[in-house]
Amino acid sequence: MYFGLSEEQESIQDFVKKFLDDNATVDEIRKIANGEGEEIENNIFEGILNLGINTLLVPEEHRGLGAGLLHAVAVAQSLGSGIGPIPFVGSYVMAPIAINLGGSEDQKKNYLPKIADNAIRFGVGMSEFVGAREDAGIEFSKNKLNGRSLFVLDAEKSDFLILSDKSGGLFVIDSNAKGVVMNKLTTVDKTRTFHEILLKNVDAEILEKTLDNNEIAKKVIDAGRIILSADTLGASEAMVEKAVTYSKERKQFNRTIGSFQAVKHMCAEMAADLEPCYSLVWQAAHSYDTEEISSSRLLACQSKSHISEVAKMISKKATEVHGGMGFTDLLGLHYWFKRIGLNRQILGAPEIVREEAAELQGFNQ
Amino acid sequence: MNLEFGSEYDDFTKEVEKFCKEFSGATITKDDKKFEMHDALSGNASNSSGKSVGRSEWQKILIEKGFFARSIPKEYGGFGGEPDIIKSRIIAGAFAKYKVPNAMGGQGIDMLVPTLLEWGTEEQKQQYIESTLLGKTIWCQGYSEPNAGSDLASLQTKGELVDGNWVINGQKIWTSTAQFSQMMFCLVRTEPQASKHAGISFILIPMDTPGIEIRPLVDMTLKAGFNEVFFDNVTVPEENIVGKRGEGWSVANSVLGHERGSLANPNATLNRLNTLINLMKEETIDGRRLIDVASYRDRLLQIQGKVLAVQANSLRLLSAKINPGQNVKLGGMIQKLVGTELRHELEGLAIDIMGELGTLYEDDPNVRGGGSWQFTYMYFLGLIIGGGTNQIQKNIISERGLGMPREPKVQVEV
Repeated sequence: MYFGLSEEQESIQDFVKKFLDDNATVDEIRKIANGEGEEIENNIFEGILNLGINTLLVPEEHRGLGAGLLHAVAVAQSLGSGIGPIPFVGSYVMAPIAINLGGSEDQKKNYLPKIADNAIRFGVGMSEFVGAREDAGIEFSKNKLNGRSLFVLDAEKSDFLILSDKSGGLFVIDSNAKGVVMNKLTTVDKTRTFHEILLKNVDAEILEKTLDNNEIAKKVIDAGRIILSADTLGASEAMVEKAVTYSKERKQFNRTIGSFQAVKHMCAEMAADLEPCYSLVWQAAHSYDTEEISSSRLLACQSKSHISEVAKMISKKATEVHGGMGFTDLLGLHYWFKRIGLNRQILGAPEIVREEAAELQGFNQ
Repeated sequence: MNLEFGSEYDDFTKEVEKFCKEFSGATITKDDKKFEMHDALSGNASNSSGKSVGRSEWQKILIEKGFFARSIPKEYGGFGGEPDIIKSRIIAGAFAKYKVPNAMGGQGIDMLVPTLLEWGTEEQKQQYIESTLLGKTIWCQGYSEPNAGSDLASLQTKGELVDGNWVINGQKIWTSTAQFSQMMFCLVRTEPQASKHAGISFILIPMDTPGIEIRPLVDMTLKAGFNEVFFDNVTVPEENIVGKRGEGWSVANSVLGHERGSLANPNATLNRLNTLINLMKEETIDGRRLIDVASYRDRLLQIQGKVLAVQANSLRLLSAKINPGQNVKLGGMIQKLVGTELRHELEGLAIDIMGELGTLYEDDPNVRGGGSWQFTYMYFLGLIIGGGTNQIQKNIISERGLGMPREPKVQVEV
């Protein structure tokens, strides 16, 4: 019995963390956020791709690493703590899982090796399967897709998109196909991109096994939620660390502010509520990997919802510990605040996923 | 990550499950009322249907099987097995699954027995451990005093060695089960010249010694059973000391960590969550099940998220015991703070969803769960304060866990 990350998982986690510490400092993130950092962004992405994050969830027979979701969780924690400005959850978690579970043999052979070889990259849009806002949604008929999809993940510069309709059918389109309009959404989080996709008679293929079967879409959502939980976990960890470090340096009333109980107790509350979240997220991923469907879906929902609540508290208190500086762009703490804030809403905000968790357990009739 | 215990435990699991099936739903006959309310605290089911066994007899059966006192040596009345965390886990899991009553706990078993095993003389071990395990000797803990709460080491109850006897004077408070106990283990200041921590000794006191007066300390639950204990020239033999003179603080602290963890047992919390879910399915408002009320249901699900998190955390702590060297960071240190707050919140939710009915208490004919929701709600507020207040816990987490600076010492004006 061993509960925790393996040495291999910790090692890739450390690599990603170290790479981001060295290459994605707040100054560099700020340039990217201000739209002046395309080259920096490309270099960071390339560097992380060199660690093989695109291969993790592609099965070995399709030239990938064939690792489990827990491996991706280890990576996502570091992407969260270093607010990695790169595509991950859509391109390298949800997309390979969707194709591997939902694709025909031909579809798998067509797409998966190319993901592993970094020849193609996917964006993923499933918001309307979780809950459609503004009546958005896409419809598939006669091999054509029409409609609108919101908050599509990792679509920028993608080669293909996987989009879900409201009933969980998953469709692949060429991002540059005729009839596709991509509008970049201006969100609070500038470290990742989110798009509105408009479709007019776009050529599309359905991932074959998702026809009249929404179980695959659900599994893709489970995985996405667990990875977003891990991203939030990492971002929260970074905020607590920054608050503690700052409180040991900053002096007022001739004392480091970290010696005031008012400050210490805020830090202790953050740390105490965060610590069990590691275990919850890891258990959710492990449960997903061992295919304990009933418990893994509940754990995926509860990880997403619980860590979102804890992280909301942390993002507020950690900012408060920094005093006025926490509110400024000089320290850039708000990049973590906003990343946490965005993760909370995407693929199901806490109330939505808790309601799903209730349904899973047969609570509401 | 691997959550399997391994095939070498298959036989043991079968043996435990066989036993549990036989005693599924058993009840312990209560010789008196002292354990009744506490069933809810430990998450034991209260309305069981199964065999009925006496408390001491039950302890004996469990020891013989090795399901209790497993690693305590045979010569002191234990099972005499090697410590095996996985086996303990299998036992706890099966007992919970089949609703088999747990072995008796309490301060004698949980705190004094491990203390004696580590610090006691051979005579002390022979004299006390077996009868404690069998529930024949009940112990109370004499630590806190009116002016020594969070700052326990400033305790003032005085012990003087006079003609080969300790003569003890002073007062203890928060002494649970004092009125049922045969013995007290007590912290006493015996070295008034020594520094605060070095002046304390750990002394065992028979509760029928002349000069002891027990006054019930009525608490907000009306039922928690705390007392004040007064000592007026209470005289016990010199050999009743555990450890050496002035070592009492170390003796007491060797098991205090154990108490903090056990105040918020995640399995008990899970059992109460399941009881709460059932309550919400049974109770109605305007004919509608409470679990079908969206706002109640959302609060339930929020609590479930927290319960799942502390459950997962306890698995990680278990893993660290099995795999020495595994770093669980703050996983152990936060248990008392997080666990007691969570339990208080969970019990409070049960009251909220019952509305007016949630205020019923004691012997009201309409009270739900035997009054256990209100009792446990209030009791856990007590535990948030007791066992090192949660504010003290936050100091510990921030100073020892996060390396934050201590509060500067205030110059005392003379």
